[in-house]
Amino acid sequence: MEALRLSRRDAIASLVGLPALSAFAAALTGCGKKDVRGLPFEGRIVGPDVARGHLLRAGDLLSRPAVRTERVGTAIVGAGVSGLSAAWRLARGGDSDFRVFDLEDAAGGTAISGANDVSEFPWGAHYVPVPASPNRALEAVLEEAGALVGRDAEGAPEWAEEMLCREPEERLFFGYAWRPGLYPGDGASQEDLEQLARFRREMNVLAARKDSKARRAFAIPTRLSSDDPEFTGLDRITMADWMRARGYTSPRLLWLAEYGCRDDFGTNLDGTSAWAGVHYNAARLPGEDDDEDPSEFLTWPEGNGRLVSLLAKSAAGRLAPSSLVFDVVPAPKRGAPVRVRVLDAARNEVVAVEAAHAILALPKFVAARVFAPWRADPPAFLKETSWAPWLVANLTLRARPKETGFPLAWDNVLHDSRSLGYVVATHQTGPEQGPTVFTYYHPFTDEAPAAARAKLLAASWDDLASAVLADLSTAHRDLPDLVTRLDVIRWGHAMARPTPGFLTNPVRHLAPVGSVHFAHADSAGLPLFEEAQDAGVRAAEAVLAERGVRFASQAAG
Amino acid sequence: MGDREGSAGPPAAPALRPGPVYLTVFAIASCGLVYELVAGALASYLLGDSVTQFSLVIGVYLTSLGLGAFLTRFVVRGVARRFVEAEIGVALLGGLSAPMLFFAFSSPRWFPPVFYGVVVGIGTLVGLEIPLLMRLLKDTVVFRDLVAQVLTFDYLGSLAGSILFPLVFLPRLGLTRTSVLFGLLNAAVAFWSIRLFRDRIGPPGGLFARAGFVTAILLGAFVVADRLTAVAEENQYADEVVVAQTTPYQRIVVTRNRAGFQLFLNGHLQFSSVDEYRYHEALVHPAFAAAPRARRVAVLGGGDGLAVREILKHPEVESVTLVDLDPAMTRLARTHPLFLALNGGSLQSPKVRVVNEDAMIWIEKEPDLFDVVVIDFPDPSSYAVGKLYTSRFYSLVKRKLDPEGVVCVQSTSPLFARRSFWIVDATLRAAGFSTRPYHIAVPSFGDWGFVLASGRAVNLGNTLPEGLRALSKELLPSLFVFGPDVARLDDVPVNRLNDQVLVRTYEGEWKRFD
Repeated sequence: MEALRLSRRDAIASLVGLPALSAFAAALTGCGKKDVRGLPFEGRIVGPDVARGHLLRAGDLLSRPAVRTERVGTAIVGAGVSGLSAAWRLARGGDSDFRVFDLEDAAGGTAISGANDVSEFPWGAHYVPVPASPNRALEAVLEEAGALVGRDAEGAPEWAEEMLCREPEERLFFGYAWRPGLYPGDGASQEDLEQLARFRREMNVLAARKDSKARRAFAIPTRLSSDDPEFTGLDRITMADWMRARGYTSPRLLWLAEYGCRDDFGTNLDGTSAWAGVHYNAARLPGEDDDEDPSEFLTWPEGNGRLVSLLAKSAAGRLAPSSLVFDVVPAPKRGAPVRVRVLDAARNEVVAVEAAHAILALPKFVAARVFAPWRADPPAFLKETSWAPWLVANLTLRARPKETGFPLAWDNVLHDSRSLGYVVATHQTGPEQGPTVFTYYHPFTDEAPAAARAKLLAASWDDLASAVLADLSTAHRDLPDLVTRLDVIRWGHAMARPTPGFLTNPVRHLAPVGSVHFAHADSAGLPLFEEAQDAGVRAAEAVLAERGVRFASQAAG
Repeated sequence: MGDREGSAGPPAAPALRPGPVYLTVFAIASCGLVYELVAGALASYLLGDSVTQFSLVIGVYLTSLGLGAFLTRFVVRGVARRFVEAEIGVALLGGLSAPMLFFAFSSPRWFPPVFYGVVVGIGTLVGLEIPLLMRLLKDTVVFRDLVAQVLTFDYLGSLAGSILFPLVFLPRLGLTRTSVLFGLLNAAVAFWSIRLFRDRIGPPGGLFARAGFVTAILLGAFVVADRLTAVAEENQYADEVVVAQTTPYQRIVVTRNRAGFQLFLNGHLQFSSVDEYRYHEALVHPAFAAAPRARRVAVLGGGDGLAVREILKHPEVESVTLVDLDPAMTRLARTHPLFLALNGGSLQSPKVRVVNEDAMIWIEKEPDLFDVVVIDFPDPSSYAVGKLYTSRFYSLVKRKLDPEGVVCVQSTSPLFARRSFWIVDATLRAAGFSTRPYHIAVPSFGDWGFVLASGRAVNLGNTLPEGLRALSKELLPSLFVFGPDVARLDDVPVNRLNDQVLVRTYEGEWKRFD
């Protein structure tokens, strides 16, 4: 028992991050590991298929001959939110001549979900904020999902009450008790509270700012934001610098601001572009002069898995999972096909696909190994972009932890942890008692992403499960006895990090190469559903235009 | 032989000092009286009719004392040892009497024999004590003084017990802890007597072990009693706690006083048997008067079976579906004698189907339509209950309602929580209902409010079943009149799942009265 405790403490110290991940390596490679006793529940490491993905690195595939050649109008590479949104847009445009390839066995990218006897649960992205300004494509998808149920007299959308995040939305474990909200307000000084109020006022003002072309200073999707240097200049400094320059020194406020950056971007305050940091706080506000924070979230037990399944329906029968696209060669001349080569992992055979158009809906670090011109001449932007590694765990519980203080909320955050806490899968539709699933999120922000990623991918299930349990046990002492199953997923490249300078990163302004289009959230720079969807929809509309289909744009703006 | 008898008999024990013995008399007398009072109080809590119960308990107890005294004539040798043994017996039986009897009460058939068995047992054992003690002192004190002194201390001890029990122990500790505490006092007397009479007992043998064992059991009972109901919790209730259980869903406490019994969920009063008829008649019958049909009825909440009792007064009702989250609550309503007496076994009716499920989850999958839906949830004091007062929940109810059907919602007090009351009304209207709010005085609660709602305009009827105590045809229309201090508030928000304004409003409004 003592040994187990020690190993848990090691695990928490290492994974949860004091100091950073340095001790983690020791715990995983040496002394820590032998202390880990069998945990009293089952679980495993679930996808993504790292080995399959790493086949790209070896490059051996390129020499394998194709067993046959297929033809398709549009090849969509990647079935994450952007790829599926492209399929959705093509289908809505009346064009069903496309196929969607993905190396994983299930579509969804980082918005996939799982299910067990207790509940469905997310494995990644798990909510969409109610759009603060009109967004046609997003509203159309949300309407199909049953989330947008009507419009009021002014045309403003009305949302399905049961899909808006229920109260209580969030709580914070701070000073040995759960408290409402995310701001660590207990014991805050007058100065702390004044800074918080000033910060909120300033964000409201920034949310309302428009440039000479009537564009919002900070908009979603980001491409609709003003390019006035008054605002884009923020991209040259870090959020930490900006906070300091604005006189925001309250540790409580800095904690709150950093929590936001880690939660949305997988970056610390000193690693986040101030533009992105302000965008996080201001872009979701309606930009009207009220002090009230009206932010509402749409969420489902399975998180954004709900939207992914809906989008995937429009690709039904045209979705090719377990299909690793390893080569995309743009057409050498107008009218010639894009040559795509795919490893069908189930049959272990290579298929050639000739497509009139292609949409590369892949993160750019993968695209760089797939797209032939980039393989030959690696683009400079790759060096400027980094991806944050994340750990996500799903803990199935036989009953709720016993606790006092503010009751279990949707989002439950631990102030003194480097994780983001957990969301409760049954919050939206389930009962308040009995079995549930907690989805635990942990971005690795305190070390260079590559180093953190290497350690994360080297960790065993025992290591990860012990660390998750140790972290959450600081707030829930009885948790170890309640867990019946604990599965983990390791996202080596969960999201592109909006570090200073990301706004001017050329990855955000990639022109199509021939009839090959690029669509991914990392083209926008911010890892949001809205960005991924916008990229997919716009790529699909570009394809529709190339194919001579007449359509009214669904894209936001 | 004769030689042996002469010299080997216990050497004449040194004379006892009477002072400590009188102290013993004082202590055992107060214990004996407290057990009698515990039994009397318990019987009147559980069975009602205190005069009869107390009278019977006193009679049976005094007779048992006589029986004990009579039995001492069969004690020839080892008087001191028998006294200590009686003491240990009283400690065990008396100390555990209250917890034992509370437990036995769950079985109505066994309760009377167990109850009087315990009373007789304690009485007999206590009856042994004084005669045995007097025999121990007979060689030391002149008989005339002995009788005077022992009886004086006996009656003084009784006086102490009779004063301390109602004024100190019952209010501070409750019945269970009081009886266990006096058991421990008896056990302490046993230890003290072993020492006091050591010259007459000889080797104490198993006496210490037995006294120690009983002490351990009593201490254990104290701990268990603590887990059953915390002292702090008992203090929060004005009356004796007769049922206390923690379910996965809530804390159920039933208290009992002279006038009747009360149900508390999570510390909030749900009803008092004295005036619950006013509440439940007002909850149920106006909806039936307004509904054109009432064949299929649903009750959401109301696991006590009291609303169902009123519903079954309408012969046209063919089926009642009662949805209550907590199986422990509906079990109590179906099996506990206090509840059965009040709800008339309503949940046993073949027309009634009990579903133990979260009403929000049940209503989404329930295929049937209902003519009348009675909503009787606890007040919205938490988000978990508040969700059952949201526009989302009411729109689900509307889907399950016959187009001409009528809903009635208990809606807290328009006087104590005026804004909360009108939020419920506004939320029902936001869900597409026409509403007719009304209220009635329920002394245990104060002025209490309800809202009638229907997909069509609500036509107030005036047909009521026979034999109601609170409602009459003439009174009914007046319930829908609101005076200035409870009048409609128009600027109230709608309670939504994602913005449970009612929970916060309710908390703030009741705080003013706590």
